[in-house]
Parts: sequence; C-alpha cells; structure tokens
Amino acid sequence: MSWLTKTLSSSIGKKVLMSLTGLFLCTFLLVHLIGNLQLFKNDGGYAFNKYAVFMTTFPLIKIVSYVNYALILFHAFWGLYLEFQNRKARPVAYAVVRNQSSFSSRNMAILGTILLVYIVVHMGDFWYKFHNEPLPYVQYTENVTTGEVVTKTMDAGYTQEVKIVEMSNEAAGTHSVIVKDLFQEVGVSFQNPLLVIFYILGMFAVAYHLYHGFQSAFQTLGWNHPKYTPLVKFIGTWVFAIAIPLGFAAMPIYFFAKHLMGN
Amino acid sequence: MSEGNMNITLKVWRQKNKKTSGKLETYQVEGISEDMSFLEMFDVLNERLVSEGTEPIAFDHDCREGICGMCSMYINGQPHGPLQGVTTCQLHMRSFKNGDTIVVEPWRSVAFPVVKDLVVDRSSFDRIIASGGYISVNTGNAQDGNSLPIPKDDADKAFAAAACIGCGACVSACKNASAMLFVSAKVSQLALLPQGQPERQDRAMKMVAQMDAEGFGSCTNTGACAAECPKEISLENIARLNREYLGASLGSTN
Repeated sequence: MSWLTKTLSSSIGKKVLMSLTGLFLCTFLLVHLIGNLQLFKNDGGYAFNKYAVFMTTFPLIKIVSYVNYALILFHAFWGLYLEFQNRKARPVAYAVVRNQSSFSSRNMAILGTILLVYIVVHMGDFWYKFHNEPLPYVQYTENVTTGEVVTKTMDAGYTQEVKIVEMSNEAAGTHSVIVKDLFQEVGVSFQNPLLVIFYILGMFAVAYHLYHGFQSAFQTLGWNHPKYTPLVKFIGTWVFAIAIPLGFAAMPIYFFAKHLMGN
Repeated sequence: MSEGNMNITLKVWRQKNKKTSGKLETYQVEGISEDMSFLEMFDVLNERLVSEGTEPIAFDHDCREGICGMCSMYINGQPHGPLQGVTTCQLHMRSFKNGDTIVVEPWRSVAFPVVKDLVVDRSSFDRIIASGGYISVNTGNAQDGNSLPIPKDDADKAFAAAACIGCGACVSACKNASAMLFVSAKVSQLALLPQGQPERQDRAMKMVAQMDAEGFGSCTNTGACAAECPKEISLENIARLNREYLGASLGSTN
C-alpha cells in the first residue's frame, strides 16, 4: 500500500475525505444560491433562463458540475459506509443513553440520506426536464438603448437544435434570444403545495446537516484555534445552517405565494 | 458505614463471561446513605449477595479516589454517571433521589469486550500506548530545568492532556465507540513537549494505526467524549491529533 492510500484508509484519512468533499459541496451550495437568486428578478425569467443556458454550456462550468455530481455521490456513499463501519464498533447497544451531543451531530447519516433523496427528486424536477424534455421556448427581445425587454412565449410546437439562439437587429436596435423557459417550469412546479413542503423539509435537512457538518469539517482537518474556530462556528451556523437554507426555501414559498395571489 | 434511608432499584448488566450474552437484572438496595459513593453502594449490595449465596456483581475499581481510571460504569446512559468531571468512585448517592431506578451497564465497544458483568477488557488501550505512547530515552539524572525552555501555555496544555487516566469513558460515550479523545490526549502530551519531538511523527502514525486495528470507530466530532470525560480532556486535542497524523503522513519520509 502506498503512503497515500494508507493515509486515506486510516480512520482519520477517511474522515478527511468526508471533510474535503463536504466543504466543496458547501461552496457549491453558496454559488448555487447566488445564481438562483435571479429567480426573484421580476424580468419574466430573462436573467435566470440565460443563466441556465450559461451553466449548462460553458465548458469549465460543465466540468465543475460533473465533478460536483461525482462528489455528491462519493460524499453520500462514503458517509454511509463510514456510518455502517462505526456501528460495527458497538455490536451490543446500550439499554439507556443520555446524549450530551447535538441532534445534528448524531444524525448526520440520516440527514444526509434525506438530502440524497432530495437531490435526486430536485434534479428530476429541473435538471432532467431542462436537458431531456420539450419545455416551451421563450423569446426575449431587448432594446439595446433603453434596456427594455419584451417577452414572448414561442408557439407550442417550436423547437431548436441549440440551447440558445441569438439574433441582433441593428436597424431596430434590438437584441433577442430564444431559450427554454426553465423559469416558467420552476413557477409551475411550485404551484404544487406538496412539492413546496418537500422542498422546505429538504432545506431543514440542509440546515441541520450543515450546522454540524461545516464546523466538523474544519475540526477534522485539524483546524481548531482560539482565534479562528469561533469564526468557523459563526459562519457554519449563520451562513450555512440559517441564511443559505432560508434563501433556498424562500424560492418555492415565493412562487407558491405568487400563484396564490393569481399571477 | 453509616446506615441511610435511601432505597434504590438497580438494573445491572449481568454477563457470565466473554462468550455468553448478558442481560439486565433488577436488585432492590435498601438503607443506603447518601454519603456513600456509588461503588460503596455496590459493596453493600455485593455483601448481601454473598451472604445470600449468590454470585456478587463483578466491577472494576482500584484507587477509589478518581485518579487510577479503573472504575467503568455506564450509569443511566452516561459513563461515570450524571456528575460532570468525576469518575464513578467519586460519584455519591446524593446525586440520586430515594426511590430512583438506576441502570448500570458496562462500557460497550467491540474493542472493550465484557469479561464479566461490568468488567471490560481495556487492554486495547494498553496496546495503543505500547505502539508509540512513550519516549525512548535512557534515563539518568534529571537535567537542569532551564536547559529545556517550555512555553507556559504548552506546558499547561500538555499537563491538561496528561490528566487522561485512560478509563475509556470517551469510547463508551461516543456513538461510534471512537477512541480519538484518548489517543489524542496521549499524542498531545508528548507532541507539546521537547522530549516528545524525536518520535513525534512515528508516534502519531503508529498509535492511529493501532487504534484502527483494535476496531474503534472513527470520530464524527459529536463532542460526547469531552462532555463525559472525568478529566475534562478538550476536543482541541482531537484537532491536534488530526494535525499530527496528517502532518506526519504527508511530511515524513517513511
């Protein structure tokens, strides 16, 4: 066994793999939230739909997204493997247990499993549909001088080979794009109250998973310092366990409320 | 021993030997003084069991002053019972109420097999120490203290880590039965001091390897170990062990 495989297969090394992949996924979550905040723009989905095309066509982002999918799977299954290994360390259970640890820290595996199910459903809802289903197309025509955007839904039968068709009309001073209307699909999906509840529950799982996970990742890497550990705990709690899940949960709630109010 | 007026219902794990499986058995213990230690309450019960001609309950104990690390009872779901920062022998019956039901179990870990009743075999800890928890110095006269300058902060941290008595409460409290707090204390006390430097890398790697070989689980940073440790060993030590181990693995030439 080489020194590297020996290190990574030790109990500490196995946890380092969880820690590093987990922190990568935390970074992804932050970027994912910032990008998706464009859903709140009141522009008929112009910014969001162009962003969706950019995220699925720009080569560097495509590579990173496949790395991301792989790391999600690795983190999930490696975590489950470690959980089963750890359970083997106590073959006979206690009759009575009075826990001195946090709910989050004790339930990382179950929270993670909920998140894996959530991710599968979530990707089926939007990623799969965006890539494989004939979503309606929408045309945005922007007036280059005034910045005014005219939105026009394409006819039901309209389809195009590429993800984005761009046209410039210099005489009229306009620039137009035709893209799949993922924004509309998001809005329609979140008219379903069951899906809204499922997404909110998913965000509770994110919150509790990251409340322990983020700070635990640093401890595993040996990062424990009187100056910086309070900062890590602050970010883990307020950014990753509160702000990010709240930001994501606001999206289904926003679209459902919009639907209820009739637009 | 003064007679008291506490009546306690005890549910104690009885197990004949390593090979058989055990079960909880119920005992009524009467006339207990609140000034008795938890182990003295067991002594009272055992004397009665002996006089009745039944097998007394086997449990580990030695110094009975909280420094040897032998006593090892998992009391009402907590190693060493409800009081913080004490071992079972320093737990007194005043921590309980008259009429309480107390469940007493042995440490539970695949690396701590039950020998009998509440006695577990903790020689896995000894093997971890033997794998690297020492310094190889031929002793002679103690050298002048001023020739080994040690920052006060390091000396304090090393001393706090060295307070570990190796009782195994950390393992028993951890949901993964991980020995990281124990191993981290033993690695830290030497890594922080000049005498520990020559074997520093080797020690971290060998002790972690032995810990894994014994079948302890891995650390998920729940913090249950430090919360239950009778010597209040800090989680900072686990982060240090992670640094020591990863640093040694990446930086050493072997």
